[in-house]
Parts: sequence; C-alpha cells; structure tokens
Amino acid sequence: MKIFCKIFTAIIIVLISLSNSYAAEKVNYLKTNWSFKGLFGKFDRGALQRGYQVYTEVCSSCHSMKYLSYRNLSEQGGPEFTVAQAKVIAASFEVKDGPNADGEMFTRPGKLSDKFVMPYENIKAAQAANGGAYPPDMSVLVKARGGGVDYIYSLLQGYDDPPVGITLDEGVYYNKYMYGNKIKMASPLSDGLVEYSDGTIATVEQMSKDVTTFLMWAAEPHLEARHQMGFKAIVYLIILTILVYFSMKKIWSRIETEV
Amino acid sequence: MAEKKTKRRDFLFTATYAVGAVGVGAVVWPMIDQMNPDASVKALASTEVDVSSMDPGKTITVLWRGKPVFIRRRTQEEIAEAKSVKMDELKDPEKDEERAKNPEWLVMLGVCTHLGCVPLDQKGDYNGWFCPCHGSHYDISGRIRKGPAPTNMEVPKYEFVNANTIKIG
Amino acid sequence: MSDHNYTPETKIGKWFNDRLPLLTLANHLTDYPTPKNLNYWWTFGGILTFCLITQIVTGLTLAMHYIAHADMAFESVEHIMRDVNYGWLIRYIHANGASMFFLAVYIHIFRSLFYGSYKSPREIIWIIGIIIYLLMMAAAFMGYVLPWGQMSFWGATVITNLFSAIPLVGEGIVTWLWGGYSVDNPTLTRFFTLHYLIPFLILGLVVLHIWALHVPGNNNPVGIDIKKPSKDTVPFHPYIVIKDGFALLMFMIVFAFFVFYTPNILGHADNYIEADPLVTPAHIVPEWYLLPFYAILRSVPDKLLGVVAMLSAILILAALPWLDTSKIRSAVFRPLYRQFYWILVADVLILGYVGAMPAEGLYLLIARVATAYYFLHFLVILPFLGFREKTIPLPLSITDPVLGGSPNFATAKNKEESVIK
Repeated sequence: MKIFCKIFTAIIIVLISLSNSYAAEKVNYLKTNWSFKGLFGKFDRGALQRGYQVYTEVCSSCHSMKYLSYRNLSEQGGPEFTVAQAKVIAASFEVKDGPNADGEMFTRPGKLSDKFVMPYENIKAAQAANGGAYPPDMSVLVKARGGGVDYIYSLLQGYDDPPVGITLDEGVYYNKYMYGNKIKMASPLSDGLVEYSDGTIATVEQMSKDVTTFLMWAAEPHLEARHQMGFKAIVYLIILTILVYFSMKKIWSRIETEV
Repeated sequence: MAEKKTKRRDFLFTATYAVGAVGVGAVVWPMIDQMNPDASVKALASTEVDVSSMDPGKTITVLWRGKPVFIRRRTQEEIAEAKSVKMDELKDPEKDEERAKNPEWLVMLGVCTHLGCVPLDQKGDYNGWFCPCHGSHYDISGRIRKGPAPTNMEVPKYEFVNANTIKIG
Repeated sequence: MSDHNYTPETKIGKWFNDRLPLLTLANHLTDYPTPKNLNYWWTFGGILTFCLITQIVTGLTLAMHYIAHADMAFESVEHIMRDVNYGWLIRYIHANGASMFFLAVYIHIFRSLFYGSYKSPREIIWIIGIIIYLLMMAAAFMGYVLPWGQMSFWGATVITNLFSAIPLVGEGIVTWLWGGYSVDNPTLTRFFTLHYLIPFLILGLVVLHIWALHVPGNNNPVGIDIKKPSKDTVPFHPYIVIKDGFALLMFMIVFAFFVFYTPNILGHADNYIEADPLVTPAHIVPEWYLLPFYAILRSVPDKLLGVVAMLSAILILAALPWLDTSKIRSAVFRPLYRQFYWILVADVLILGYVGAMPAEGLYLLIARVATAYYFLHFLVILPFLGFREKTIPLPLSITDPVLGGSPNFATAKNKEESVIK
C-alpha cells in the first residue's frame, strides 16, 4: 500500500508539472468568477442568453459560428430558450437554400435545424472585407486560445492607447492581451452598446463576461452533462475501489495466514 | 462463527461483483447509443412540397428522411376504384378514407413493407404499385393485395399548409 | 505451457478441449503461478491491456462518425463533439486515453529498467515490448493528425519531413508518404487507414508479449529465479486479478478526472483551429509523451544526425539486455545502479521539459547535456557497472527476509550465482 501511495503521488506530480510546462507563457489575465468552473460548474442561463444577444448584435457581423445550429439555443445545458423562442430567432434569419425544382437557389426564413448564418460566403470574402485579416470562426474559439475564457474576457477589455514608442499602422489597434499586442479588430464593445431585455446594465465588463460565457458554451455545449456525469463516475469508481480493496484484503488473507 | 464469516465474505464479493456489473453496463450503453440517430439527424426538419403543377393521374416522388415519398394526384376513376374495394378482400383491411383524407391526394412512403424496396408506379395486377424485388402488388390506395408484403404502404404524418403545399413530417 | 496437464470435468468440455484446447488455455491463465511479492509497479501490465482495449473500442466507435477528408475531418470531429450521442465522452476518452496509455507504458518500461526485467531469459519479451512502444508512437502520431487542426497539420509536416534527412532518397520518400507535394488529403486518408490498422498489430504483439512472458514466468522485485508453483507463488486468479483490478480502478479515477474535468489540458489549443497550410503556429510542440525524443532531435545541429540520434535513443533500448552486463537483476541489490537509475529518470524528465521549451539559449544547452548523458548511461555506464559494482547479497527465496542479518545470506548469493550460470 505504501508503494502504491508513492506511485499515485508520483503520477500526480508529473502530470501537474506537465500541465504547468504547457502553459509556458504565463500572462496575468483579468479575473472574474466563472460559474461553469469547478466540479459542479454550470452555466448562468441569463449570461448565456445575454451573451447570445451580444454575439448576434455585435460579433456576428464579422465572426461566423458555423458549427452551431439554432436548435442548440433551446437544448438542455445551453441558453435554454424555449423551443418557440428559438424558432422565432431562427426565422429572423434569411437562409440560403436550394436548388429548387427550377434549379435555382432561394432564400427562406431559418429553421431550427439550420446552422448559424455566416456573415461571409467564405474565408476569402471575410478577409477582403476586413483588411486581409480573417475574423476567426467563434464556434470553438475559447478552446483554440491558450488562455481560454480568461484570454477572451481580458482581450475584450484590453484595448488601450499604445505606449510611447509603438506606432500602429492604419486599421491596427493596441491591445494589452493580444499576442504581440497588435490586433486588427477595433474595440468591439462600449457601454450601453446593446440593450438587455432583463434589465441588466450593459457595461463593457458585463457584456464581455456574458459573451465569453456564451462562447464557452458554444465551444463545449455538453459541459454541464460532462460535469454531472464526471461526478457520478468518480464517486462510483471510489465506491468500487473500496469494495475491491476489501475483497483483495480478504482474498490475500488466505495466504498471509499460510506464510 | 465460521459460517458467519463465510456469509460476510460472500456478501462482500457479491456486492463487488454487483457494483462492478453496474459500471460495465454504464460504460457499454454510450458505446451502443452512439449508433442511434444523432441530434442533427433527429432535428431534420419536415419537407415541404409544392404540388401546384401536378395534374390528376400523376405521381411525384420526393425524398423525406432519406426515403422516397409518393405523392399521387388521383383521378376520379381511381378514387372510385379505391373506395369500391371490400374490406374482406384485403390482407391488411384499411378504408381508403383513412389513408387519403383528401381523396384526391394519396401521400405515402414509397417503401415496400416486405423488405424495403421501392415499388414501381402504375404496375402490377391492381393498377397501383408493384414491387420488383419479390412481387408484391399494391392497389391505387397503396394497400397490399398480392405477394409477400404483410401490410399496406405506410402513410406518413403530413398536412396541407395551403392548397398548393404539402408538408410532410 | 507444455508442463500443463489439464482435463476438463465435463464430457462436453473434454470433447471440445480435445479439438480446440481453449479450456486448457483458460486454465493455464487462471492458474498461472505468479510470484507473490509482486508490488504495484507490476500492475501496469494489466492497466496497459485495459488502455489498449479502451482505445480500440472508443476508436472503432469514433470511426463510425469520423470523415477522413481534408475538407470534412475537422467538421466531423465537431459533429462528434456536438451531435453524436455521447460523442464528446467517447472522443475525450480516446484523446486522453492516448496520454494515459503512454503514462502507463512509461511506468511499465521504467519498472522493467529498475528490476532488470529485460535480462536473460526475458530478452524477447523486452524486444517485443520495444516494438509495441514504437508502434504506439506511430499510432499516436497519426491519430493526432486526424482532427486536422493546426497542430495536426504542422505536426504531420514536421514529422514526415524527418525522412527527408535520408541522403539521396529522402525527398522521394517524403513525397511518397504524402502522396503529393505537401501534407494534404491523400496523407490524411492513408494516416487514417494506418491509424486503424496499427492497434490490431499491437494487440497481436501483446499476445506474443504475454506468451513470451509465460514461458519463464514473471520477474519479481527481488529478481531471483523462483520455483513454480511453490510457496513463493500464487495462482494468477484470484490473487493477481484482484490486485491488478484494484490498481486499475485507482488509475481509472485519475483517467476519469482528466476526461470529465480537464479534457483539453494535455492537448494543444492550436489544434482547435482548422488546418491552414499558409500559417504555422507560433509555438509548435509534439504531444507530451514524445517530448524527450523531440528534445534529442533538436539538440543535434545537423539534420541527418538529429534524426539518427532520435531513432538511436529508442533503438538503443532493444540492445539493453546485452549492454547491461550485470548478472543481478533487481536494482534493490545494486546500490550504484540504483543511483544511476534515478539519474536517468531525472534525465528523461529534463529532456521532456526542455522539449516543450523553445530550442534556444540555456534550454538548448541543457538539452545537449541531457542527450549526451542519456547515451552515456546506456553505452558506457551500464556495461561498466556490471563489471565493477559491488552488489548486495541476494536472499535464498522471496519468502526469506530480504534484508537484515539473516544467516543464509552467504549461501543465498552462491545459490543465485549458480542459478545465473
């Protein structure tokens, strides 16, 4: 048993040091309390719904979210709009469909099964409209950035005047948290930019938090199910481990007495 | 004393086995369930069909959930024929009124109930459909009349959104 | 297995067994005499079997939904994560399972190094193990390419370009591997095919690995030969089965923690960006389990020699049974080797660490020293130690007290030597 504890600790230490060495570049991101962190972490529904509003009204004019469908908005563990609300949301978008019987493409109101409508036809069009920089697809953006939610949250609030000695080209902005500090996206948020229907005051900080929460859900839509199942699985494994441990003691006692 | 000991040991082993079996079951289920239709398949919307250009006596085939759906605009003679069939002649008795709420329009899954082939239009002994795979004959109401198929061709859930559009599903 | 006489009790069993001796095999496996002093380091063989089965089962189910096409691979992975029933669970088990597999295999290998399990008469077991390890690396690398993220693409580019170091034919081989002039769709589809094939090769080799093990039987922490069966052994079932099971469950708790709570921590964020042949990620590193070899590769300033050094670092292990000249197996009785063993462990960990760091300045220097020491350990220290080291006397049998003034220590040593001769 003693040697087992040693093995166990050794494994944990190695794994922790590994994960630390991965996060080689440590940046001090802005901190906030994320409701979805921790063993029982869940999304804040209000934040998700507000975050969706920020995404649609602000981000979606440049950033696509091509792996999400409107039906996701009403699914469990997400913003949990009612199905009726989600249908209304979907129908407010024009979706290109076709070809019809005459072989022509046509537009129709969106349905729940449709994917989020993209702002540009393709990457080239997106680049052409944004000075050569492709606004990245936001479906898995949180997972595609080293700092995750903290990075996105900080970036949205990290716009500042450039320090002395740094000159910026036309269409380039200074951001404290951007890799290399130069970003081609202008500060997207300003106080009161959107009007929340639930009465929450739309400060930049609030909007950053809401939209980041929304992006976290978009990247990891089964996070709540994962946390719940994980807790059950680990409790189960511990119970079984205890049972097996005592069974093992019992079985091995047969020969311990012989020896 | 010895007996009691055995019992306790048995209980411990039984409990371990039982708890272990539960875990195996819990692990096996996701591996099986992953083959069931996924969320995107389940969410697939209904199909809307524009039938404004169809003349009586014409059949079109549309795809719905990966299967063909026959939509036939029946002639008055065909409707009369479908209604005249006596129930005791049928293998799977079903009135034509039950199958075609608007008698002019017959909407049904174009899948033979024998083994899933697509029957041919306007063929067979009953002037309806004929399945080339194993020789099932259907009448003009899509009911099985002769051959190995056990039941009539299935009528899916559908509705007329307006006079010209049928929504299937 | 030939020493085994087993007759099934039932008539049907006998009839069947005469035609296909499966029952004899099952009986051999359950009764297999195992040293009773095996410690928990020995449970990783069972854990590795579990890892392999897990990877095969989750891999098969993922392959039902994955699309091996450059335009669709990334999307199909997202489809698995979002829409497929329990798809996220299966994928996270598979992705973290690879790391768990390597974690276990490294413990398994270092256990072997500590207790001298590779020495006569177990050389074949050891060499099969090295082949399995090589195949594992190939499978893991190709599997990492399949999501078709940025790290997939650039990892594939960098690793396949290693072959271009071969003189004359190198370029041709790389083009052949790619099926084109860069990593692209043909590369992806063939990697998928091979990624699907290799685990079954590993499975076959695992059978051979265990077969070869069952001929001489297990080594043990004391490292002396034991009589089988005897009071030093226990039948595999239920004693070892339950002990392996207990260790496996502890291992699964760690595994579950990764899958459910930090499923992406061992991966790289850039792999959630779809592959882009025009942009290389700023900081490109392989998965953690390949880092030590990556460090060796980068520590050599010559392209060809770097590749040679990296390959030698693995292949040198196959020669280990002959490089280690000591007759004593277990490091418990080799005080000097024990110290060098731990230095080697530290050396490999350091290599892994610098492998994750940029190849410049101090990191490069450390990588070079660590690389040199790695080869020094196997090529110089081990052969030399075998001749010069003063070992501790071995006990007579594993039931005797291992240390402390036992009167039969002297005879034990004589006996051990005669056994080895």
